[in-house]
Amino acid sequence: MTDESQPKVMGTETEFGITVLNQADFNPVAGASTLVNSYAGKRARIKWSSDEESPGRDARGFGYDLTPAFDLESGLVNVVLGNGARFYVDHAHPEYSSPESADPLEAALYDKAGEVILARAVTAAQELLEQGQRFIIHKNNSDGKGNSYGAHENYLISRALPFGQVVQHLTGFFVTRQIFTGSGKVGAENGRPDVDFQISQRADFFEEEVGLETTLKRPIINTRDEPHADPSKYRRLHVIIGDATMSEVQTFVKLAATTAVLHAIEDDALPEALVIANPVDAVWQISHDPTLRTTIDMEDGRSMTALEAQWQYLEWVGKYVSKSPYAELFRDAMTMWEEILADLEKGPMRTADRLDWTAKQRILEGYRSRDDLEWDDPKLRLLDLQYHDVAQRRGLYNRLAAAGRMRRLFTDAQIDAAVRLPPEGTRAYFRGKCVTRFGDALVAANWDSLVFDIGEESLRRVPMMEPLRGGKDRVGALLDRVETPAELLQALGGNDD
Amino acid sequence: MTERERKGTRGSESESTETVEEIATDEQGEAITDRIDDILDEIDTVLEENAEEFVKNYVQKGGE
Repeated sequence: MTDESQPKVMGTETEFGITVLNQADFNPVAGASTLVNSYAGKRARIKWSSDEESPGRDARGFGYDLTPAFDLESGLVNVVLGNGARFYVDHAHPEYSSPESADPLEAALYDKAGEVILARAVTAAQELLEQGQRFIIHKNNSDGKGNSYGAHENYLISRALPFGQVVQHLTGFFVTRQIFTGSGKVGAENGRPDVDFQISQRADFFEEEVGLETTLKRPIINTRDEPHADPSKYRRLHVIIGDATMSEVQTFVKLAATTAVLHAIEDDALPEALVIANPVDAVWQISHDPTLRTTIDMEDGRSMTALEAQWQYLEWVGKYVSKSPYAELFRDAMTMWEEILADLEKGPMRTADRLDWTAKQRILEGYRSRDDLEWDDPKLRLLDLQYHDVAQRRGLYNRLAAAGRMRRLFTDAQIDAAVRLPPEGTRAYFRGKCVTRFGDALVAANWDSLVFDIGEESLRRVPMMEPLRGGKDRVGALLDRVETPAELLQALGGNDD
Repeated sequence: MTERERKGTRGSESESTETVEEIATDEQGEAITDRIDDILDEIDTVLEENAEEFVKNYVQKGGE
């Protein structure tokens, strides 16, 4: 049994679709750079340093460059925000990496805060566009033409857990969880068989069972291993098989159920592994059947539906969690997971107030029936895209939510606070607070360190190798007490917190 | 959403064998359709113009 008293630290990364209306020469890298700069411009502009870089004098100057840092070749616009998140340009997309949280509900809140940050970036950048032009940002995963971009989840797991055990149990879970984690998509891509509407944005793009790739031959289990924490204790499980989700309930249940499964795997609490005979094909086969009737063959000769597999995981994990130190932490999520499975079973449309794919399907079916549209009508594809628009007024998810048609978990005030303030339970608190209070002295920031310039001969690096340290309980009083970054560093002394 | 609305909008697709549930859904059928039409009308007012061109021009670079 591993360190069972320790909650799982998690976070999400979202690459947003980007376009500018009525801009013939639209360049996505320049556009994404403009967005990040416009948002960060009014705030402290602290450079995010990549892990490979060792901080030194060379890092100087990045934090003080007040001209927009358009670096079209490298797309290296990359900042850290007061809520502890990273906001940057990656592969021609604006990307938001949420601050670390040890609570799935809070992690879902910070995922939602990312949408608001993008929406505000759009507003801030609008003055740079010509009349009639407008940024449109989609929190989706595909352009419908075979190009996919990611929504990744990260979970810090124990280094002691053999990775083979992770693969053995998680593959079946990941292949089947899409029935409540999918965002829905019109049509098929990447050479998969034609379909009118499918459950997942991403399912068509998975081609391997296990691997390191994220951009081609995408694997169900990704093996990237950069813990951004003490590597002797932790492994970061980098999950690439998931859709970007708009629904607060859906994001929460996705993160919580996955975290609970990981706890159960670490504690060896799953009685058996549900091993799918051909998991790569099962991913798209399940996604391509919104009626949820498709059965998949298991290695032991059984066949089962995705729903049956999820009922099994829920039963095992629910039993385990109720007796674990996390019973309270996961109680609401377990209830919601169960309600979703029960409603999917009675009829998927019953979940249209909680799941993106059914909410989207309801809109599409509504248009089809009202306007007598065929599935290949461009209007349906537009509706599919616009469901994910982060703009409050135009985004269809946002319209549904505003009309009370989606169940919410967070108030607008909570989301606004999460845009500005860091989570209190992890090192993101220290990072975010330092950005807000001592941004002028902060030369660089990273998941596991901050680098200060307080006018001394050398820069001062504060390592943060333990994600659960650096929270309000440990450094809150200290941060309240000190008035300058020099005082902060002196007070920290040799302490790695 | 209220509990009544969550009973589902397409009762005919539900494979539920619970008669009571199905009756409840059927009774709601018409009212729910009206409410969906409401939201479609609302969406009409914000939907991007020229769907065909918008969708054609929407090309993203791969990512991750």
